[in-house]
Amino acid sequence: MALLKSCKIISAVAGHSPVLGVFPIRASSWWSEVQMGPPDPILGVTEAFRRDTNPKKMNLGVGAYRDDQGKPYVLSCVRKAEAQIATKKMDKEYLPIGGFGDFNKACAQLALGSDNEVLKSNRSITVQTISGTGSLRIGANFLSRFHTSVRDVYLPKPSWGNHTPIFRDAGMQLKAYRYYDPSTCGFDSKGALDDISKIPEKSVILLHACAHNPTGVDPRPEQWKEMSALIKKRNLLVFFDMAYQGFASGDIDRDAWAVRHFIEQGHNIVLSQSFAKNMGLYGERVGGFTVVCKDADEAKRVESQLKILIRPIYSNPPMNGARIAATILNTPELNKEWLEEVKGMANRIIKMREQLVANLKKEGSSHNWQHVIDQIGMFCFTGLKPEQVERLTKEFSIYMTKDGRISMAGVTSGNVGYLAQGIHAVTK
Amino acid sequence: MALLKTSKLVSAVGAFSPSLGVFPSRASSWWTEVQMGPPDPILGVTEAFKRDTNPKKMNLGVGAYRDDNGKPFVLSCVRKAEALIASKQLDKEYLPIGGLGDFSKACAELALGSDSEVLKSKRTITVQTISGTGSLRIGSNFLSRFHTVAKDVYLPKPSWGNHTPIFRDAGMQLKSYRYYDPTTCGFDFTGALDDISKIPEHNVIMLHACAHNPTGVDPRPEQWKEMSEVIKKRKLLVFFDMAYQGFASGDIDRDAWAVRYFIEQGHNVLLSQSFAKNMGLYGERVGGFTVVCADAEEAKRVESQLKILIRPIYSNPPMNGARIASTILHTPELRSLWLDEVKGMADRIIRMREMLVTNLKKEGSTHNWQHVIDQIGMFCFTGLKPEQVERLTKEFSVYMTKDGRISVAGVTSGNVEYLAHGIHQVTK
Repeated sequence: MALLKSCKIISAVAGHSPVLGVFPIRASSWWSEVQMGPPDPILGVTEAFRRDTNPKKMNLGVGAYRDDQGKPYVLSCVRKAEAQIATKKMDKEYLPIGGFGDFNKACAQLALGSDNEVLKSNRSITVQTISGTGSLRIGANFLSRFHTSVRDVYLPKPSWGNHTPIFRDAGMQLKAYRYYDPSTCGFDSKGALDDISKIPEKSVILLHACAHNPTGVDPRPEQWKEMSALIKKRNLLVFFDMAYQGFASGDIDRDAWAVRHFIEQGHNIVLSQSFAKNMGLYGERVGGFTVVCKDADEAKRVESQLKILIRPIYSNPPMNGARIAATILNTPELNKEWLEEVKGMANRIIKMREQLVANLKKEGSSHNWQHVIDQIGMFCFTGLKPEQVERLTKEFSIYMTKDGRISMAGVTSGNVGYLAQGIHAVTK
Repeated sequence: MALLKTSKLVSAVGAFSPSLGVFPSRASSWWTEVQMGPPDPILGVTEAFKRDTNPKKMNLGVGAYRDDNGKPFVLSCVRKAEALIASKQLDKEYLPIGGLGDFSKACAELALGSDSEVLKSKRTITVQTISGTGSLRIGSNFLSRFHTVAKDVYLPKPSWGNHTPIFRDAGMQLKSYRYYDPTTCGFDFTGALDDISKIPEHNVIMLHACAHNPTGVDPRPEQWKEMSEVIKKRKLLVFFDMAYQGFASGDIDRDAWAVRYFIEQGHNVLLSQSFAKNMGLYGERVGGFTVVCADAEEAKRVESQLKILIRPIYSNPPMNGARIASTILHTPELRSLWLDEVKGMADRIIRMREMLVTNLKKEGSTHNWQHVIDQIGMFCFTGLKPEQVERLTKEFSVYMTKDGRISVAGVTSGNVEYLAHGIHQVTK
């Protein structure tokens, strides 16, 4: 049936054919002007990977941990927690707007340390969120509504691709500070300090707490100290994104060091946490958003406004993942097992980094691949150029994002040799 | 330690006491101007209820189903689905941005009917959302971004309290059309048609598909037909909110009749669905958002833009509840069991309505309580005035919202007499 686009014809037809039961008319289209949007850059990689029939193909775009067989890994402590939860036959009543209280408490303690002065004085508020993205968005919305003096958010260059639309859709403006040095594949400390020193007061500065995404390049403690002092001088609002606590070095306290240092130094930060990677809870969507306030009264006011903001977005957060995470964090044996499993995941990643470099040397590569070992976390910024990436994909069926970022999680002892072969072939 | 508010002081202290480890200074407060927000009107009811020590107290504010013992009810089909899912030991990998495909498909079929022409011609797109609220918010964000010809959303008067901030925070303007007639405690059909006939073209009109919240007053089929005509004539964009399919009459097809009728009549509707009530999945946050488009190509374009919108809010939706819902809808025995259980819930509500009226008559009330039986769904707009509501709460510990709305779900065969007694006392 031809698409009818004007209402006049619609009314005429309806007038003529009252008994046309099935579809007498079609209303005009509301969405003719809606353009096809570009596909997600990372998902596009996985889609192309799926279509490839090469048995040696490798998907190094995926930002999800894989075991040494290349399979998704559900942590043992998670399965145990699930079994425990199932026996309790709990109901499915709505959580409070701010989420599951036991989870929020444990989430904050994990990040800040249970002996933290901030927690003792009740001057922080933590709400459960829809993983890291949900946390960042709640934070961005909160800034947009209540941090009205300055609208600019400074991201490191480069940053996670989704940071930009998160802050932009929330009404903030995006700017950047130098971070990654392509000539060293490392941290551009001088450039960062230089740029930060010029950021206008009260702007928001986003810092990746550990395992920077996409580069894997983290500042060293002494560099963090310098940044803290400078940021304090510039009077900037610090927003920490911690998506990899435990997953970066294998040690949860070590990975949270920067966050804790900044708080000790007097920064009243906002903090996003995700349990997608460190607990493998990806699709359960578990995260937290924390605001460190000046005192308990302010924390209460901030909490009330967070709830008012959250209620018209999704009312209250999903219960399942938070129950799992809370069970793990609050049950000593499970918490212990979790810490070991996180360490195991981090260690496997570190081992793959070392094996990749060893294999590249074996292949005869004369390049300096030290950065592969120095970088930390799930991702590695190889330094490969777009043409080289394209060759790797076309000739070797090795898939990664155009910026040369590979997910080390997709590397196994079974395929690291092939990966080294491919990288050497396109870079020699 | 005195709170330091200026950066100059902060730097000075920092300079004097480089070895002050714990907290050398506190950054100035970012949130001094943040006011304490008003408490949520409905949650406030539950909080007051919890504090009350009267053993006969009743919480009729809660918008969640209770069994005849006043307890939360987890459906048997849900427990069975959970057991099935647990036995499969599925992974926890991210769902796609638009959610679990099997769920979205079943969700659309449930609303539209599996033989629906729009499904056959693939001219709809359904995305999984964070229950009904999440669905409405995605919809309002989509309207705000792509329905730029008109910014007004017309809500029935009254409507669910959260509709207003959902649309407002998304950037739409709120208006209303007459709906509830306090003189009859019924539908103000003439008023509604009158107001709708004056709504400027292309604006958005929100319709509650069944079991209107908060009044329980639904249009009759012949009234829906007239509304459809006027709305078509006014060229309005219809946004259906269906939070109670199956829960209203006990029959899922009957409850979806208005939605299906409008689509047959050529309205390319937007539709929000929730599985919080009809599957008792409240805290799991299961819902869907559907856009009926002109054709399959438009549906693809709309889908791509929905994903671009969703990604910076929460990336992808929570898996657990969607797996449960999908399992139930796709497994014949579970689906059949579910339909029985939904009918059971709806029937208990209907029975309580009848018992309440019977008991009111027994108490000797001379008022016309017919509306208690005529109204449908979880809520009943009693017609009680604020002063009467206050007396009911103070003297009888019966808690409800100030507008006289009671959740019939909170009524049991054990307390319906007490409720009738209290209502009679404050209204005689």
